[in-house]
Amino acid sequence: MKTYDAIVVGAGHNGLTNAAFLARAGLDVVCVEKNDYIGGAAVSRNLYKDWWYSNCSYVCSLLRPEIYRALELHKHGLQVTPYGGSVTFMENGDYYGSYQDAEVSYREMARFSRHDADAYKTYSADTMRQCRFIRDFLLSTAPDPTSFKPSDIKELIRIGGKFLDMGEDRMYETIRFWTMSVAEYLDEYFETDVIKAAFSGSGIIGTALGIHSPGTAYVLLHHYMGEVDGNVGSWGFARGGMGAVSNSIAGAFQAAGGELRTEAGVDRIIVKNGKTAGVALENGDEISAPVVVSAMDVKRTFLNCMDKDDLPESFYKRVENFKIRGSSGKLNIALDGLPTFPALPEGSSLYHSDMHFIDSMERMERAYDDWKDGTWSRDPYVDMLIPTLNDPTMAPPGKHFMSCFVQYCPYQVEGRAWTSEERDAFGATVIDQIARYSPDFKDLILHVEIRTPQDIEAEIGITEGNIFHGELTMDQLLFNRPVPGYAQYRGPVDGLYLCGSSTHPGGGVMAAPGANAAREILSDLKRRNTVPENFGDD
Amino acid sequence: MKSQAVHQGRLKTPFYSRLAALDTVNEWHQWKGYSSADSLFCEDIEYFAIRNATAVFDLTPMTKYRITGPDSLDYLNRLVTRDMAKIRPGRVAYAVWCDDQGQVIDDGTIFHLRDGEYRLCSQERHFAWLKTAAIGFDVTIRHETEDVAALAVQGPTSFSVLKTMGLEGLEELKPFGLTHLKFQGTELMVSRTGFTGDLGYELWIDPDKAEALWDALFEAGKLFGIRAIGTHALELARIEAGFLAAYMDFLPADETVRTGVSRSPLELGLEWLVDFKKPNFNGRRALAEEKRNGSTWQLVKLDIEGNKPAHHSYIFGNEKANKGQIGFVTSAAWSPVCKQNIALGTVRTPYGKPGSSVWVEIYYQREMHWNRKMAKATVVDKPFWFPPRRSATPPAPY
Repeated sequence: MKTYDAIVVGAGHNGLTNAAFLARAGLDVVCVEKNDYIGGAAVSRNLYKDWWYSNCSYVCSLLRPEIYRALELHKHGLQVTPYGGSVTFMENGDYYGSYQDAEVSYREMARFSRHDADAYKTYSADTMRQCRFIRDFLLSTAPDPTSFKPSDIKELIRIGGKFLDMGEDRMYETIRFWTMSVAEYLDEYFETDVIKAAFSGSGIIGTALGIHSPGTAYVLLHHYMGEVDGNVGSWGFARGGMGAVSNSIAGAFQAAGGELRTEAGVDRIIVKNGKTAGVALENGDEISAPVVVSAMDVKRTFLNCMDKDDLPESFYKRVENFKIRGSSGKLNIALDGLPTFPALPEGSSLYHSDMHFIDSMERMERAYDDWKDGTWSRDPYVDMLIPTLNDPTMAPPGKHFMSCFVQYCPYQVEGRAWTSEERDAFGATVIDQIARYSPDFKDLILHVEIRTPQDIEAEIGITEGNIFHGELTMDQLLFNRPVPGYAQYRGPVDGLYLCGSSTHPGGGVMAAPGANAAREILSDLKRRNTVPENFGDD
Repeated sequence: MKSQAVHQGRLKTPFYSRLAALDTVNEWHQWKGYSSADSLFCEDIEYFAIRNATAVFDLTPMTKYRITGPDSLDYLNRLVTRDMAKIRPGRVAYAVWCDDQGQVIDDGTIFHLRDGEYRLCSQERHFAWLKTAAIGFDVTIRHETEDVAALAVQGPTSFSVLKTMGLEGLEELKPFGLTHLKFQGTELMVSRTGFTGDLGYELWIDPDKAEALWDALFEAGKLFGIRAIGTHALELARIEAGFLAAYMDFLPADETVRTGVSRSPLELGLEWLVDFKKPNFNGRRALAEEKRNGSTWQLVKLDIEGNKPAHHSYIFGNEKANKGQIGFVTSAAWSPVCKQNIALGTVRTPYGKPGSSVWVEIYYQREMHWNRKMAKATVVDKPFWFPPRRSATPPAPY
């Protein structure tokens, strides 16, 4: 039987990125995927006629440009197109918009509060300062503060140096920032409820936390630290849907000689004599390799796909305690035409922006209360976009695809599995909310795919359908992600690695975990490093 | 005789009313006397209209000449360096023409409209040179810049837009092909050409029909993401496509003052346009000699490390810059579609061989403070952006 140099488990964007960099270093790599399609949560699915849905992740900003460039993804069909702005519809019939043009955004903010409009520049600089601090660490392994390895000490000194460079006041500010809630953070700058509500969404997307929960200011940063072509904080669409990201990385992987196998779900990672030996597939086949890299989340990897006896007890316990909670759902909708939003002027550029329907901090927090009560938000935070206004490839001309990310949506309803009636009721809640601001919306609906965290887990495999593979709270970031002592992509068994979003620097379609893990693996194997360095953010 | 005052201020192209109606940022410059938009709405969005949907650019100010007469082919073969006999009616040729020293006067496109009837289209004005070069040939050269309104319609959905507009037969039109169609009873020439390196067309029509053409185009394009764009977006696209721009990447030889600042086609990487098998053409002797003895300069396409555009950078042969400066960057950009830091430049030979490395000195400003970085750059020989859709025939719908 053939022995590979490495097996990567899971053909999501991180698994594929990892596999591509390993293959480029000359390793014989096979990437196995349980579904009959690749991409994990970065996919474009053809579920209705000529419509293509980005049915999990739906926008692109965090994808590291260094990786994009190194893997020459444009040659494999990837094109990321920025979109501008955002809008929050208000119950009183008004709306608050933000625009590509900074002066237009200023005027709009001043319409609500000149104080806030002027405060925005400081807010923006303060947030950018934190972005600048963190962005530098995205394409490097988080140093272990307890380690005496030269590489750890060097990196700690580098981080420490950057921190000290900020000066005393800003060091205090940074420490506060990393632990405070998004609501507190926004309160320091703004007085207008709808403006705070509009900004606070980025602090809770993908988490099982509310806007008043400590640590959500960092989550806001996680959504701001990306870029499109050097415009930090910008978001874009992958042309053809998010599947274009995975497909292009797969193209780079295959161009480097890598092998992809779909419908090859892993039942178990095989350990022999304390060393990783390969994987046993669900169909009974075995594939052998001295290196197995799991792109699955940390819980699925260790609790579902490994023999408990192969793992240290305390490690196992910590994995069990890792916070990875279902909090978001998704509606993917095929539309017969463009819905109108009478609050907006005809032809407004805000149709191209992300749309939201919660206009107060009170309503944001109430949405979270429902989740704590074990049910979906009756008045949810929806991040809605119509990508087909930008992308001509995802629906026939004049028809549209609407992507609705919905929060909050629990993994289980009051502690038990979702019923199909409940799933429909969840979908109806979202559709009703949008329809309140768009009277013709419901009549245009041709098809809806409703996805609860339970559906996402069943199909993609992510535990509880958590989009980040685990909460982005301080106790689960940097050298603590996923588990202290195991934050450098190496598992507790020789030859076993993690490369998914459960590892540093976390979730989002960033590809950094996959790339960072590849660097560590190549270093262990004494192979040429193929992973690019950070561009640097001077 | 009554004197006639010339037009003062800027001229307006036949599409001006439509451009002005879409303009929201009021950023214009002059292009050969005409008002031309830098940008109409947002440069980024305009750029992505080229790469993602359909972008419309008013190129009426391009200089145009009509060349007819029994000797028109012989004349053009004498004028330009490539073999025009290969360019059949209905085809378009990119070409350069040189002075007697083999230095490039300009580059442009030559449209073989009908048997023996040509349009030469260039950035600069060359009537005097064209007339001088015509001595002894039975040709008529007519300046027709104002007589032809022209639009570039570029991007992956451009074919769908033109098809929706009712233009027929474009399925078969190959890159560098042209066809004569009818639009509201007037002849409309459509060529599959452009300055973006993407799928795209150029539309040429009588100025009286310009506004009607624009309106029909935008009506058809409504569902295909059509947008009017300005020159800034186009400039980025042309660098990605690796196309040269006069006054950026070379100077028209007949307008230079100093010695050594003009370039030959060989130095511009355009040797493929020089056909030494032709018995005679302007500059042939000098170019043959340069071919034997070697060129002084080499145009390079650079893939530069990092993400800071190398605007106006010096190029060095090594990182320490101790071997002295070997050239400079002429056009630079961060390429949004390739996610590459790209540039065109000119270096002294023997530097600049494809696959070799050079170093680029980049200055960039962050919060008022200037920084300097030496960045390694690889010389590449292919255009940075050359998607399959550019040459697919028939073109895909998007």
